[in-house]
Amino acid sequence: MDGIYKEIDQKLVILSNERIADGVYKMTLEGHTSLITAPGQFINIKIPGFYLRRPISICDYDASGLTIIYKVVGNGTKDLSSMKAGESLMCLMGLGNGFDVSAMGDDVLLVGGGVGTPPMYGLAKKLLAMGKAVTVVLGFNSYSDVFYTSEFEELETSVKDGSMELRVATVDGSVGTAGFVTNCLEGTEDITDYAACGPIPMLKALYGYFEGKAPGQLSFEERMGCGFGACVGCSIKTKSGFKKVCKDGPVFFSSDIIF
Amino acid sequence: MTDIRTELSGLVLDNPIIPASGTFGFGREFAELYDINILGSFSFKGTTREARFGNPTPRIAECREGMINSVGLANPGIDAVINEELPAMREVFTKPVIANISGFSVDEYKYCCERIDKEEQVGIIEVNISCPNVHAGGMAFGTSPEAAAEVTEAVKSVTSKPVYMKLSPNVSSITDIAIACESAGADGISLINTLLGMRIDIRRGRPVIANKMGGFSGPAIFPVALRMVYQVYEAVNIPIIGMGGVSCAEDVVEMMMAGASAVEIGAANLTDPYICPKIIERLPVLCEELKINKLSDIIGHAHG
Repeated sequence: MDGIYKEIDQKLVILSNERIADGVYKMTLEGHTSLITAPGQFINIKIPGFYLRRPISICDYDASGLTIIYKVVGNGTKDLSSMKAGESLMCLMGLGNGFDVSAMGDDVLLVGGGVGTPPMYGLAKKLLAMGKAVTVVLGFNSYSDVFYTSEFEELETSVKDGSMELRVATVDGSVGTAGFVTNCLEGTEDITDYAACGPIPMLKALYGYFEGKAPGQLSFEERMGCGFGACVGCSIKTKSGFKKVCKDGPVFFSSDIIF
Repeated sequence: MTDIRTELSGLVLDNPIIPASGTFGFGREFAELYDINILGSFSFKGTTREARFGNPTPRIAECREGMINSVGLANPGIDAVINEELPAMREVFTKPVIANISGFSVDEYKYCCERIDKEEQVGIIEVNISCPNVHAGGMAFGTSPEAAAEVTEAVKSVTSKPVYMKLSPNVSSITDIAIACESAGADGISLINTLLGMRIDIRRGRPVIANKMGGFSGPAIFPVALRMVYQVYEAVNIPIIGMGGVSCAEDVVEMMMAGASAVEIGAANLTDPYICPKIIERLPVLCEELKINKLSDIIGHAHG
């Protein structure tokens, strides 16, 4: 077609699609990723048979493909979970702002709750590559919900001693510390920044905990129509006005957030 | 090559394709993706006197072959639209634009239209009297011929630009409303707005949308929209902009055969941001297949 400046609707081929926890799946996809510019961005997936696309955060990416981790929450994600390697998906690529690593200091706390965990993996990798110290706190309900801890552990062993620490909490205490991510924050007084993705109560608790102590970048979730700023379906109120979660976010600075 | 130009109240469009209000913002998001000057025009985000956040979220729901929205006229308000959005729009869109105006009182419609009347880039004012989302108003104007006529008359008294009244399908007789608007001086009719609908999340046993109900759009509503355009074409003598679930060049031709002079594309922009360029590219090819030499010749053709 004439007059196209930027083709964000890309065809990605499924390389693998496997269950990694209760109702949680990991999918690896091959295709152009040049539109992805920051960890914390998302793709909007056209699932055959469904009208609206499904926005899913990017867990990790390189030049030839990406990894997403998603939870089956309805019929769309249920169909997604039954798709096979070799099948392809049309995806709007590189959506949202992602985390601004240039605004982060040298000692960053990353907190992921449930399916808010995946973007923390890509962010941790990026920060470690930049030579920053990273503490990762992951929270789940129970052992059957826990995923990706071994990938984070591998990341921990791949970097020099002391630059990364992983902590896990489960609500029922079946893995790691019993309780919430906020029960795993001892020793984080000196962090320069925190970044978080997960349920609103978790984000709110972290926001309260670090208010006046450290700046944060929090990733929000909302039901979206388009995913690229056109329909204004996913608005939130911030201190600097009404913002679109899909286009102005999903990551917002703690200084801008109204809880 | 088929001539795909069309005309709305003296305004000649290069093609009949117009992104519908509320699915295209003020053009900025799409101007990053393609040259939006290929469009016939576009109808910008419904504008009110004050800035509005809109309804509480979630305000989007999936449906079979469609979607529900209860965005609720979120917009920056007429001042910001005139002072910020329109100057920014001029950087990316050089053709006359359609200004979509909403209000909660006759005075508000009048105020907004009077302000927008002075904007050179606005070619047509499209007056939304049908948004089903807002409890306080909107709905009432579009559901009674008297109220629809009152808004039409009030708006016409403050602008010299062509005024197109955008009608709600949530009425018992769409033709009565259209006739009332025409009699009150409307220059054209836009239809249809969304159908009032809802979804329930069976896992929670609660409506998906925070506001419970919202406007249903997408391919599922196309036959309803087409039927109403067909009926209104027989009832009035002013041009019609047809919309409602239009998703491909074939739908455009069908809408025009039913009586539309131009066609708005709504929900389809949200699921495929390139749907308008795709339709504009396909339209002349389809016309040749159908042996249509001049697209505007088919307007109302289905009426025999």
